[in-house]
Amino acid sequence: MAQEAVISKFPNPIPRPKSDTGIWSWITTVDHKRIGTLYGISAFIFFLVGGIEALIMRLQLARADNDLVSPEVFNQLFTMHGTTMIFLVVMPLSAAFFNWMVPLMIGARDVAFPRLNAFSYWTFLSGGLLINLSFAFNSAPNAGWFGYANLTEGAYALGNNTTFWVIGLQVLGIASLAAAFNFLVTIINLRAPGMSFMKMPVFIWMALIVQILLVLAFPVITVALIELQFDRLYLTNFFNPDAGGEPVYWQHMFWLFGHPEVYILILPAMGIVSEVLPVYSRKPLFGYAFVVFAGAAIAFMGFFVWSHHMFTTGLGPAATSAFALSTMAIAVPTGIKIFNWIGTVWGGDVKLNSAMLFSIGFVALFIVGGLSGVTHASPPTDAQQQDTYYIVAHFHYVLFGGSIFGLFSGVYYWWPKFTGKFLNEKLGKIHFWLMFVGMNLTFFPMHWLGLDGMPRRIFTYAEESGWERSNEFATLGAFIIAISILVFIFNYFKTSRGGEVAGADPWDGRTLEWSIPSPVPVYNFVNIPEVDALDDWWVKKYPETILHEEAHDSDGEQLAPAGAEDIPLVPKVSPEKLLGADHGIHLPDKSYYPLIAGVGITFFGGSLMSAWWLTLIAGLITLYGVLGWVFEPVNDPEDHH
Amino acid sequence: MEHHEETTTGLSHRKLLMWSFLGSECMFFGSLIATYLVYRNQSKVGPWPDEIIDVPLTTISTFVLLMSSLAMVLALNYTQRDRPKLARFWILMTAALGSGFLGFQAFEFTEFFHEGLTPRINLFGTTFYVLTGFHGAHVTLGVIWLLMMSGTVTPTGKSGVSLLATLLAFYLGMVGVLGMVDVIPDIEGSPSVIIFIVGLILTLIAGAWHFSIDTTMSVKHQSENIEILGLYWHFVDIVWIVIFTVIYLVSANDGEHLTEGLLHG
Repeated sequence: MAQEAVISKFPNPIPRPKSDTGIWSWITTVDHKRIGTLYGISAFIFFLVGGIEALIMRLQLARADNDLVSPEVFNQLFTMHGTTMIFLVVMPLSAAFFNWMVPLMIGARDVAFPRLNAFSYWTFLSGGLLINLSFAFNSAPNAGWFGYANLTEGAYALGNNTTFWVIGLQVLGIASLAAAFNFLVTIINLRAPGMSFMKMPVFIWMALIVQILLVLAFPVITVALIELQFDRLYLTNFFNPDAGGEPVYWQHMFWLFGHPEVYILILPAMGIVSEVLPVYSRKPLFGYAFVVFAGAAIAFMGFFVWSHHMFTTGLGPAATSAFALSTMAIAVPTGIKIFNWIGTVWGGDVKLNSAMLFSIGFVALFIVGGLSGVTHASPPTDAQQQDTYYIVAHFHYVLFGGSIFGLFSGVYYWWPKFTGKFLNEKLGKIHFWLMFVGMNLTFFPMHWLGLDGMPRRIFTYAEESGWERSNEFATLGAFIIAISILVFIFNYFKTSRGGEVAGADPWDGRTLEWSIPSPVPVYNFVNIPEVDALDDWWVKKYPETILHEEAHDSDGEQLAPAGAEDIPLVPKVSPEKLLGADHGIHLPDKSYYPLIAGVGITFFGGSLMSAWWLTLIAGLITLYGVLGWVFEPVNDPEDHH
Repeated sequence: MEHHEETTTGLSHRKLLMWSFLGSECMFFGSLIATYLVYRNQSKVGPWPDEIIDVPLTTISTFVLLMSSLAMVLALNYTQRDRPKLARFWILMTAALGSGFLGFQAFEFTEFFHEGLTPRINLFGTTFYVLTGFHGAHVTLGVIWLLMMSGTVTPTGKSGVSLLATLLAFYLGMVGVLGMVDVIPDIEGSPSVIIFIVGLILTLIAGAWHFSIDTTMSVKHQSENIEILGLYWHFVDIVWIVIFTVIYLVSANDGEHLTEGLLHG
C-alpha cells in the first residue's frame, strides 16, 4: 500500500506519447530495435559526410602543388574526417548493432533502461550535429582528431574551432557512457535463463568487453578535455609550459583513452565476424573460449600500451622499451583470434555470399593492418614511420578493412532479420569487390609513400618528391570506394521496394535471433527462451549433431530432436493479445524526456560559446528533461488496471 | 507499484547501474588526482602548499564528511527497518553534514584566494582548485539528491511544501556561510552572520514541521533507492579520503625548496 509523494507529480504539459506510427512515435521510441535503426541511418549519413571530406582531401592531394583547398580548410577536413569516422560512424554503427542484436541474442525483450537508451541516441545525434554545425561558422575543428596541446591552447588555437571540438566530444562522451552503463547492465542482468557467460554468443562477449572499455576509458578523455578547456577559458596551467605545465601530459591522457578507443572500434566488428563465419561455414566457431579470452586479454592489455603513440616524444629508453614490449605482446591474443577464424572456415561447407565475403575480407585486411601495426611496435622502425603516411595506411587497413568491412558483413547478415527481406546478392558482391579493390588501391600505396617520407596532415607536396603517381592511385581508389557505396545505396532502395522476402531463419543460423520471425515483432520473443547450450538455436534444431553428452538440457533431460512443427516460429496468438496487462508482456511506454534531456545537454554545451542567458535557458530545458524523466514511471499507470 | 524484476544475477538493474557509474567515476577522479600528482612540485611561483594548507581545519571538515557517511548508513538502516521519522531525520542530517563540509570548502577556497592562490597563478592552484572543485560539485549534487529523497519518505500532501521550506532554509544557511567568508561580494561581515543564524533557525523550524507530519506510512519500499543514493554518497566520501591523503597529508609540506616531480627528476 505504498503512497506516491506529491513531488512525484511533475508538471507534464504534453501528454505521454502512445501512438505506434508516425514520426512522433520514432522521436519518442524506447524500443531497442527502432533505436538501432535510428543509429544505423544516422551513422550511415555521417559516413557519407566523412567520405566526402576524404574525397576532397584526395582530390587536393592527387596533384603536387595543388590549390583546390587552402591549408586552413585542409586542416579542418582531416580533423573532421577523423573525428566523424571514429565518433560519428564506427561507434554509432557498433551501437546500432548492440541495440538491435544484444537483446535478441540474449533472449530479452529490451535493454535494461529503454529511456536511457533513447537518451544516448538523441545525445549522440545532437552532438554530431553540433560539431558539424561548426562548418556553418567556418570554425570546424582544425587541430587533428587528437587535439594535441599546446597547439590547442588559447594562445595558438584562436577562434571557436577547438571549443566546438571539445564540447562536441564531451556531449558524445555522455552519450557513449550512458549507453555503456545500459548495455553493461543488460548483458549482465537480462540474459535468458540458462545462458551462462560461456554460453553467450561471441558478439555479446565483445559487446560486454567494449562497454567495460568505454566505462574505464571515456572518463580519462573527459578530464583531459576539461583541463584543456579550462586552460583555454580560465587560463589555468595544465598544459602551459611557462608555468611548468607539460604538453606531453596531454598526449599521455589522450592516448590512455585513445588506445582503448581503438579496441572499442574493432571489437564489435570482430564479434560480428565471429558470428558470420560459423554460419556460412556450417561449423561452430573454432576455439570459442580462446576467442572470448583473447578479446578480454586485448582489452585488458590495451590499457598498457598507450605510449606507443608517443615513441618519438622523448620518453626515455626505459618507458619506450616497456611500451614496445607490451605492444608486441598484444599482437598475441589478436593472432589467436585470427587463427581461430581461419580454423572456423577450414573444412566447412562454405557459402560465399556478401556477408561471408565481407567477413573474410575483414580477416585478410585486418591481417595486413595488424602486420603494419607490429612494425610500429618496434621504436626504431616507428621513429621512421611516425607522422608519415605509413601510419595512415596502418589505421585505415584496421579501421576500414577491419571495422567497416566487419560492420558491412553484419549489415548483409542481419538485414533479413531487421527488415524481413534480403539485400540483393549480386549487388552485394559488386559492392564488396569494388570496395575491396578501391580500399587496397587507396591505402596500400600509402605504405611506401610513408616509408619514402611523405608526412601526414600536409595539404600539398612538391612535384620533385615523386609522390604524385602513388597519390593519384590513392585518389582513384577513393572514388572506387565511393562508387561501391553508391551500389550499396542503390541496393537498399531496390530491395526496399521489391526485395526477396526472407523467413525467420534464412541462413540456418546458430543464435537465438533466428528463432523469432523476420521482421522482429515488437515484443521480440513470445516466451523468453530457456537456454541449454552455446549456439542454443542450432542445438535445438540439430541436437543429433552435437556430442552425445551435450544433448541434454541443464536438468539432465535428453533434448528431443526438433521437427519443424515443434518450433513455434510464428506465435499462435495474435500480437495485440500478447501486449497488455492480462498476458504478462509489459513493454515500456514511449517517452519524450530522453529527447529533451539529450537535446538540452547539447544545447547547453553549444551555448557556452555564446550568450549566458542561452546557457541558462538550455540548463532549464535540460533540468526539465531530467526531472520529468526521473518522476515519470516506466509505464503509464493509467494504462493498466 | 511494486514489481519484482527478475534479473540474471538477482541484483537490481538500478543498483548495477550505479556501480557501473561509480566505476567510471573512479577513472574520472583518478585522472584528476593523477594530474595533481604529476604536477606536484612543478610550480614555478608560489603560493606553495606549505604556506597555504591548513591541515587541522581540513581534518575537521573531513571528519564532518565522514560523519555524514555514518548518517547515511543510519538513514538506510531506518528505512529498511521501516522507521519513517528516523529515516527522514538521518537523510536530512546527511545533507546537513554534507552542506557543512561544503561550507568548510567555501571558507577554505576564499581564504586561499585571499592569500593569493588562484587557479591561474601556478600549477598548484590549477590542480588544487580543479580537483577539489569537481569533488565539491559531486557533493553538492549529492546534497540536492538527499534533500529530494527526504521528501519521498514523507507521506503525500504536506511533503512538497515542507520540503520546499527545508530547502529554502538550507539555501539561506549556505548563503550565510558563503557570505561570511566573502564569496558573495555584497554580503559581508555581520549581515551574513545574521543570515546564517536565521537560516539555521528556519532550518530547524522547517525541519521540525517536516518531521511533525504524520509518518505512519511505510517507507520500506524506498530501501533500494536510499541504498543507491548511499552508494553514491559513500563513494564521494571515499574519493575525499584519497584527495585529503594526497593533498593534505602527503603534499602539505611541499614548498619552494622542493622541485622533484614525477615528470622531471
